[in-house]
Amino acid sequence: MAFLSYLINGMGLGSVYAIIALGYTMVYGIAKMLNFAHGDVIMIGAYTAFYCLTVFKFSTFTSILIAVLLCTVLGILIERFAYKPLRKASSLSVLITAIGVSYFLQNLAQILFGTNPKVFPELMRNSTFSLFDGQLTLSYKTLLTIIVCILIMILLTIFVNKTKTGKAMRACSQDKEAAQLMGINVDNTISITFALGSGLAAIAAVLLCMTYSTFTPTLGSMPGIKAFTAAVFGGIGSIPGAFVGGLLLGIIETLTKAYLSTQLSDAIVFMVLIIVLLIRPTGLLGKKVHEKV
Amino acid sequence: MALLEVNDINVYYGSIHAIKSVSFEVNEGEIISLIGANGAGKSTILKTISGLLRSNTGSIVFDGKDISQVPAHKIVYLGLAQCCEGRRIFQQMTVLENLEMGAYSQPDTTIKKNLEMVFERFPRLKERRRQIAGTLSGGEQQMLAMGRAMMSNPKILLLDEPSMGLSPILVDEIFDIIKTLNRDGTTILLVEQNAQKALKITDRGYVLETGRIVKSAKGKELLDDDDVKKAYLGG
Repeated sequence: MAFLSYLINGMGLGSVYAIIALGYTMVYGIAKMLNFAHGDVIMIGAYTAFYCLTVFKFSTFTSILIAVLLCTVLGILIERFAYKPLRKASSLSVLITAIGVSYFLQNLAQILFGTNPKVFPELMRNSTFSLFDGQLTLSYKTLLTIIVCILIMILLTIFVNKTKTGKAMRACSQDKEAAQLMGINVDNTISITFALGSGLAAIAAVLLCMTYSTFTPTLGSMPGIKAFTAAVFGGIGSIPGAFVGGLLLGIIETLTKAYLSTQLSDAIVFMVLIIVLLIRPTGLLGKKVHEKV
Repeated sequence: MALLEVNDINVYYGSIHAIKSVSFEVNEGEIISLIGANGAGKSTILKTISGLLRSNTGSIVFDGKDISQVPAHKIVYLGLAQCCEGRRIFQQMTVLENLEMGAYSQPDTTIKKNLEMVFERFPRLKERRRQIAGTLSGGEQQMLAMGRAMMSNPKILLLDEPSMGLSPILVDEIFDIIKTLNRDGTTILLVEQNAQKALKITDRGYVLETGRIVKSAKGKELLDDDDVKKAYLGG
């Protein structure tokens, strides 16, 4: 029964990774770049929600909504001013810029919000419920996180497969020139992708802070790197891959902490990634890219 | 007035002067061919017309409007569609989704009508509409690329090497389709290395050599031209 409890908690953690990983994977799919500032968008989302809740005393729903909107705008601005001018530059320049944006946001947050840790207010009474005559105890938070993640996955899958904008996103990720010839505005489509990923980052931020309530301006770094790992693990560029990768990573991490070692859990997580990439370089659900000759 | 007028365009790839003062025109209802060797600049000209590349000079007037500075994604709305070299279909999308993308510039109401029109012309696409486009055969992919371009109801269709990599029977089929499209009212600007086939269905042709137009005449005249015969028609 303990195993089942670890498994479900792992899925909860993995759901947060999955939501963050979606941002990495969608942006990679369309802009073919790794947006290393993505983790720091999460951090900005956390601070926004925090100030909305504590200083402005907004309701939980309003606070989350404002955080989502602000991160969406932030994502669009980052793309517009940091990455768009580099559309024709080498991928190395873009990568270095992304790392620069990441440090910029972290330092900006240190100036604006200070380096002292903040404590995120309790959004849900930490109530738990028991199943199987009290043998399995789960928290509502974990359950909520998993449900939110599944909902996001369903909505995103519908968006990408059924709507005109979603299909245009897929077209752009496959062939930008051909997409332009169809009348698709590639720049706008890339903006929409950044907006979506960053909005999701804000949701991830709130879910993250509900579980780990203390946070600092470097909040986004570790979940960011782990979610990036999850995206690569599942196959970067693939939306279902981000979901599967995120969940698996969360489960592996939690089980490692429970049965092997708390200190070594991150090392083991990254080792699993290396092994997966050795066996399947394109990730679990990654597509083989056929290079045109 | 010509439907498409290209006046004095010059295109550079870095320091390479790829297109040198090229001018030509396409009248409504015509099939015009640009022929020339590999690297002569045929595809570059088409990409410049559709806005993917830019000319430093001159103008490109389509349907009375200078489109030389119009962004590529807006040109299809004016009635100019291009089928790229190498087909460039969306490999991981279904046949139907590819066609829907072709009609991206069209209001929802016309998509259905255009779809029927394309399926009528290419029955095989209808059979395979749920299939992932990347799994189609080469000939089917070319049909999909052309069908996709036709989904925007273009006044003019720019075709870049439609016969590339196809078997002789399929090449004939593709050229038949081009003739039919033209007969039904679509003006065609064709770029081909298969000069023989192209010139046979062409009203007028232009011969391109290292970025310059060196000859222009009626299709039949070019077929009989000694220089053209020697250079492009195998004797």
